[in-house]
Amino acid sequence: MTVPTNIDLPPKTRGLTAIAGAMSLIAVLLIVQIWLLSAALESFLAGKHHTALPAAIFSGLMFLVCFGLYLFVDRVDADVRHSDEDRQR
Amino acid sequence: MNWLRRSSSEPLWKEEFSVRTADERYVTRRQLTKFLVLTSFGMFVGNLWILVRSMLSKAPSYPQQTVARLGEIPVGGVKLFTYPTKDDHCILVRTSENEHVSYSQKCTHLSCAVYYSQEDNRLECPCHKGFFSVADGSVLQGPPSRPLPKIILESRGGELVAVDIKTS
Repeated sequence: MTVPTNIDLPPKTRGLTAIAGAMSLIAVLLIVQIWLLSAALESFLAGKHHTALPAAIFSGLMFLVCFGLYLFVDRVDADVRHSDEDRQR
Repeated sequence: MNWLRRSSSEPLWKEEFSVRTADERYVTRRQLTKFLVLTSFGMFVGNLWILVRSMLSKAPSYPQQTVARLGEIPVGGVKLFTYPTKDDHCILVRTSENEHVSYSQKCTHLSCAVYYSQEDNRLECPCHKGFFSVADGSVLQGPPSRPLPKIILESRGGELVAVDIKTS
């Protein structure tokens, strides 16, 4: 009996799994960003200005990671469409 | 910029409005991902806005204002005044023979007016039972998350003069 590996699955299933995983990561990062923004705003309104720079840097890093994951999703999506088109021919 | 180009030979409208359910799931997820990334960008812009405001904001300068005469209020007594503007209500407490403390009267939770409780020697907010230390304005109990802004007082020629506001 052989255990099916990810490569044996249909391209659409693999694509959906990859996209769902990337989306989950983006959602987690987004929640952290929302918290970071509210904490930075709270701190700013309290008159503490030294927290604004690290908050902006970390928020920027998280946005870059999100954008990278989006590029990954876009590529996976394109690959799946390619393989669908190839099979239809 | 290869990653921005669409790889499919189909026109965009056919991709975006697919008649097949399975294809539509892809489109829906891709669009949701786009939306999430756009929201992430919005959060980043928000943080940048706070950073810019922090850099541009200057330390405020406050006027000097006589708030009371020494010995005007008894030990344990209070006096209400406004500082630095007519809309900023403050409370002055004489805690001992030679010591006066003053704070903004606005609770840092939801801006109710705090009052001095001589029995418990603390400042109390009647709205949500937030208690502040009379010694330094720090939160003792309740929902407020920040201490009361402290009015810096100086004794000059028998008068108490407010010179600054300290927010911690």
